[in-house]
Amino acid sequence: MSVSTPKERRIILKHADDPKYSNRIGCYLREGGYENLKKAFSMKPEEVGEEVLKSGVRGRGGAGFPAGMKWKFLDRKSGKPIYLICNADESEPGTFKDRQIMYKDPHQLIEGMMITAFAIGAKQAFIYIRAEFHEGARILEQAISEAKKAGFCGNKILDSEYSCDLVIHRGAGAYICGEETGLIESLEGKRPNPRIKPPFFPAVLGLYQCPTIVNNVETLCNVRHIIEMGGEEFSKIGKPNNTGTRIWCVSGQVMKPGYYEFECGSLTLGQLIFDVCGGLRPGRSLKAVIPGGSSAKVLRADERFSGTLKDGTEFDWGLEDIPLDFDGPMAAGSMSGSGGIIVMDDTVDIVEAMANVNAFYAHESCGQCTPCREGSLWMRKISQRMCSGGAREEDADLLLSVAKQIEGRTICAFGEAAAWPTQSFVTKFKEDFIRKATDAPKERDPKSLQLI
Amino acid sequence: MENSLNLSDDTLSKIDEVVPKYPEKRSAALMVIHLVQDELGAIDDVACEWIAGRLELQPINIKELITFYPMLREKPWGRKHVRVCRTLPCALRGSYGTCKTFEEKLGVKEGHVSEDGEYSIEFMECLADCGQGPVVIVDEKTYENIDGKSAEKFADLLIDGKLDESEDFLSYEDSLTQETKN
Repeated sequence: MSVSTPKERRIILKHADDPKYSNRIGCYLREGGYENLKKAFSMKPEEVGEEVLKSGVRGRGGAGFPAGMKWKFLDRKSGKPIYLICNADESEPGTFKDRQIMYKDPHQLIEGMMITAFAIGAKQAFIYIRAEFHEGARILEQAISEAKKAGFCGNKILDSEYSCDLVIHRGAGAYICGEETGLIESLEGKRPNPRIKPPFFPAVLGLYQCPTIVNNVETLCNVRHIIEMGGEEFSKIGKPNNTGTRIWCVSGQVMKPGYYEFECGSLTLGQLIFDVCGGLRPGRSLKAVIPGGSSAKVLRADERFSGTLKDGTEFDWGLEDIPLDFDGPMAAGSMSGSGGIIVMDDTVDIVEAMANVNAFYAHESCGQCTPCREGSLWMRKISQRMCSGGAREEDADLLLSVAKQIEGRTICAFGEAAAWPTQSFVTKFKEDFIRKATDAPKERDPKSLQLI
Repeated sequence: MENSLNLSDDTLSKIDEVVPKYPEKRSAALMVIHLVQDELGAIDDVACEWIAGRLELQPINIKELITFYPMLREKPWGRKHVRVCRTLPCALRGSYGTCKTFEEKLGVKEGHVSEDGEYSIEFMECLADCGQGPVVIVDEKTYENIDGKSAEKFADLLIDGKLDESEDFLSYEDSLTQETKN
């Protein structure tokens, strides 16, 4: 590696692994907690919003939309109450960052949320947390009750005229609830079938058809730090249009998987895998990487990526050169999504890996739109058949044709999330798919790694 | 309202506490279902009707949730419920082997409950702890790095009722309280 790997810069996870730090309010206050809430309450709500806009912070949930801009879209003319929802449904395969925040530093999230609630003038705020986080919900309940007693949340916050209750709402195991309009339906007590945009942009017609802001856990935590530093200062972290830090969650076949927080764009995918995560297991070589949660398009280890970046600079990267920020993986034809990086070495049967991902999307499709409900199911069936000795040479093209009929034909982005893995796996590893039909033994080697 | 489900006072008071938190009663549906299911193990038609009545809804409004969300149940799981993550990051670290070991040791296939009602296994989708896979949740505790090999020992401890005392398998939740005792 020509350039030395930078050190982690922990802002959000500053205290996550400090053995002396606890998730109780006393500890949070000792570390300067809720001082930024006080600072925000000394400002006008719209000034808080301006700072967030200036910071350039982009949403950490997957789409990477600028949070300050999202807030600007709020319909304030309708006179309807405004709601704030924290999306804590963390369920994109490969992602496990929000868990660390909520279990280990819940008050950081509550402070970020109450600052946000004040800025947007929310009447009530919710944390929609996935139900598998049993203890996480209890930790947050405890933290909220501590915050209420101290006057940081609930009635007349910091003795001001502003009140905002914060309620924990548990999901029940459905991935689609991470999609913001599906989440809203779920919070209304219905099946989480996503709503069509337009007209149902949450900022205009959200919870109970009222203006609603839905932000990810990590995004809301960033708000606290934006107020501390000021939007201008925050925007100097990372790179233009890719500000702040990001928590990269590395999983799969590396020596040291885990969560690592770095300034946006400060290191490459190669540095993360080979230096920070200690590389692959002895004797293995890299086969593929999924850079942004399982719905992101897979990258092939020997692929080359070239083109022109938004700022006009030309690039010609190998997989290891891809800068880790929002725009880098995007320029390489994939996305940084939720920051979940899944690493696969040469022991992986690529058709099985795709079959595993397809089984996930088939299970999680809400069933509302026909192309997704039927298509995801057929992609699972075809890829499972391929892995159980029934592969045919034409299956690769058949899979591509099914995927193409899902993409762009559904109410929400789940259609793309289900189609992209198949499209990228089949296109980039076509020889593996053909070989499955021509050369593969009909029986699995019992010693091989089973993925489906 | 009549307590036809014989719910405990604790559950009833928790329900009374959670419903008014929402601007609309229907929003409390999932939370109320969780509370009832935690006590009864599942939501049958009688429970559906009771919850619907409590929230001024039709039973179908509850039934449609029970039949949609993976964690909501019409029939209870076993007394010890083992969840194993199936999704790619855990599979890449051997979760298919983990699940197989549990099936053999506990004598029940994934998706099913053992005949004596003691154990059930669910080979389920991503549990959001992918860095330390294979991930296993027993009841409400999360255990990490349970590959096929350690799953044998893990299952033995579970069967002997000694998992909680074991130093080899400290759950994510317990490691947290250990770290944060001060």
